[in-house]
Amino acid sequence: MSLVIDRTIVTDPYQRIADDETIPERGAVLVSLAAWQANAQNLRERSDPIGVLLRSDEHPEAIAEHLAELQLVALDFPTFRDGRAYSYARLLRERFGFTGELRAVGDVALEQLHYMERVGFDAFEIDSDDPLAAVATADRDFSVWYQPSGYRRPSAAQLRSGVKPPAAA
Amino acid sequence: MYRYDEFDRTLVDERVEQFRRQVQSRISGELSEDRFKPLRLMNGLYLQLHAYMLRVNVPYGCLSSDQMRKLAHVARTYDRGFGHFTTRQNIQYNWIKLEETPDLLAELATVEMNAMQSSGNCVRNITADHYAGRARDEIEDPRVWCEILRQYSILNPEFSYLPRKFKIAVTGSPHDRAAVGVHDIGLRMHHNAAGQPGFEVLVGGGQGRTPVIGKTIRDWIEPEHIVSYVEAILRIYNLYGRRDNMYKARIKILVNALGIDKYRELVEAEWAEIRDGVLKIEPAETARIDAYFQAPAYERLEDLGDELKAIGRVEPAFGAWLRSNVVDHITTGYAIVNLSLKAPGKIPGDLSADKMDRVADLADEFSLGQLRVSHRQNLVLVDVRQDDLHTLWQELDAIGLATPNIGLASDIIACPGLDYCALANARSIPIAQDIGLHFADSDKLQRVGNLTINVSGCMNACGHHHVGNIGILGVDKRGKEFFQLTLGGSSDENASLGDRVGPGLPQSEVPAAIERIVDLYLEIREDDECFLDTYRRAGMEPFRQVVYGAGDAGQEAA
Amino acid sequence: MLIANRLGDGLVVFRAPDGSWVESIEDGALVDDEASGELLEAGRIDEQNNLIIDPNLIAVGLQSGKRRPEQIREAIRAAGPTIEVET
Repeated sequence: MSLVIDRTIVTDPYQRIADDETIPERGAVLVSLAAWQANAQNLRERSDPIGVLLRSDEHPEAIAEHLAELQLVALDFPTFRDGRAYSYARLLRERFGFTGELRAVGDVALEQLHYMERVGFDAFEIDSDDPLAAVATADRDFSVWYQPSGYRRPSAAQLRSGVKPPAAA
Repeated sequence: MYRYDEFDRTLVDERVEQFRRQVQSRISGELSEDRFKPLRLMNGLYLQLHAYMLRVNVPYGCLSSDQMRKLAHVARTYDRGFGHFTTRQNIQYNWIKLEETPDLLAELATVEMNAMQSSGNCVRNITADHYAGRARDEIEDPRVWCEILRQYSILNPEFSYLPRKFKIAVTGSPHDRAAVGVHDIGLRMHHNAAGQPGFEVLVGGGQGRTPVIGKTIRDWIEPEHIVSYVEAILRIYNLYGRRDNMYKARIKILVNALGIDKYRELVEAEWAEIRDGVLKIEPAETARIDAYFQAPAYERLEDLGDELKAIGRVEPAFGAWLRSNVVDHITTGYAIVNLSLKAPGKIPGDLSADKMDRVADLADEFSLGQLRVSHRQNLVLVDVRQDDLHTLWQELDAIGLATPNIGLASDIIACPGLDYCALANARSIPIAQDIGLHFADSDKLQRVGNLTINVSGCMNACGHHHVGNIGILGVDKRGKEFFQLTLGGSSDENASLGDRVGPGLPQSEVPAAIERIVDLYLEIREDDECFLDTYRRAGMEPFRQVVYGAGDAGQEAA
Repeated sequence: MLIANRLGDGLVVFRAPDGSWVESIEDGALVDDEASGELLEAGRIDEQNNLIIDPNLIAVGLQSGKRRPEQIREAIRAAGPTIEVET
């Protein structure tokens, strides 16, 4: 499993804490929604980064009011067929204004990366022999698409009306 | 019709190359079948009984003559020389090879055709009234909105992994020829109290195992908001549709479970957040696309209705064809001509490559190079001069596409059924052929009048049997093919689902049962009631009796 | 007999006694119930190796001296559509 951010494999600074574990006092931690809700006060008092991991049946409105406290939101794809997190991602970015790291975890593979990026994910936990090749392939797949979204790169409509695409990343 | 600009072309070309890569990954084993299957479905490629089947989109049923020629070429080069037009206005090829599909798709792209999202858990081909832009009873040409929604739905990053498939249909006319009442979203154009054209939005209609007529979620919405409204509907569905059971995953199940009022509440709340954002359709974009759908420069011609009728009296075959296959055009002197792909004994909706080429030529010669595909699996030439009708009729007759049966008993819808489809329980084509031959006599056909007979080979209802005046559903009864009949379905603006007549009948008994049903109708009809009216008046009982015989209805359930 | 679709072209194929996959049912390996489990396993390995998709055991009988699957669905797969197509 490799964490890819900005087309680079990075070491995950977050420690994933299971629900039955004690949350350590120091260090970046990634906890479940239930754990975060149960320990909200403690977590707020920590100075190190906090991330919340949402299951595919957990709507982000549960954390919408507290996004300023979170440096990471991870959305789980239990199977690549479960498309709920694509909506969660857009809501987090475009409705609730989340600006931290939005990470796709679970069944995250090459063929879904393009869509994930367009809905606002910027970190990907990919299970692959060559995750950077996967990311590069996904990058090359499409240079144009129809739907506007929060995504920084312009849609076809914007290109049609003269918005210039950014120089190749 | 719409023409791709550089962005549309690039998108399709890139999708073809992406699919080429995905196919290579599959063949090399890098991608398992489990992970590849949704990807190939999202490019319209099924694995059926005999081979791969490719479903190519015909966006809202509109086709140019050049595109038809390419479809013929594909049939010849990649298939066994024919194609099948479907109840969603698409075309299917039954003998496709996986390894050749990327090249096939690349060829289609050269004429601005594609197979994107013709299957998969995403928004499918958006279908429309096959007379769009030409029908006298139309309020507004819906095609501009169809094209805008098409672009909105293609490779939509948020909605490519929905709980299940999603089908949208649009009618610009109050007379619904697009079956909008049995789609996940149905859009029906009409005027509000202030006389402004807009859409009634229906949601949660569908056929299949649990057929439902769609419910009105919104009486009227300005067309400029239609994309944001559809996004709201899709988002609520994506979030809350069931994912635990594929037979309970369509939006109709969710709407039923929540109730339309609750569903509306959720959608309206979501819509309120996005209605005035980037999805509001700008007039400039509407104008850009609308330009492609401008009416051609028609000539100023006289109406030749009386003259044509006179010819029809002298040549009864032509007269019959005029009455059943030719429809009034919005412009005087022109006509809409239906090409029947239902010659008795033929496979409904099938067309050979040679005939596709011929039809393309006829479109060029007689209809400004444009064709439509109807969801009843026929073709339409929408801009024929009245003074060309007789000549066109002769040309069509020469290639067997002039059967005077549109909307009549032998204009049968049939899915491919067990002869092709991996999902089927029974064969639908032989039944359709049999029944068609029973109604081969043109006089009888006309006497019976409007009667839709729809055949599905299984509960997935691709043959739309639920909304046939007579529906025929293939079921598997202890390894044998049996057929259940339904009566009283309708797919128009007064949509209704057919009522089950009784236990399934073996294939051999079905055509005779249909005959008895029709004979009873002829016997008991009042004034000029069509079959559906008679059924709605008289009820099921008399029909059940002639099918099973009085007192015989107690056979074991099929 | 073991029936499947070939990966590359989707055509219906049967596993032959020598382990290859053939298009004619007459050339397929016919085994009795005891050996069928083994045959299915072999088919699953072929599927893992990306030769075929969805191997299934089917019962096959004889009709007028020709092999015919007993289920109508499989019979149609073996012999092709029952209708004449227009070409």
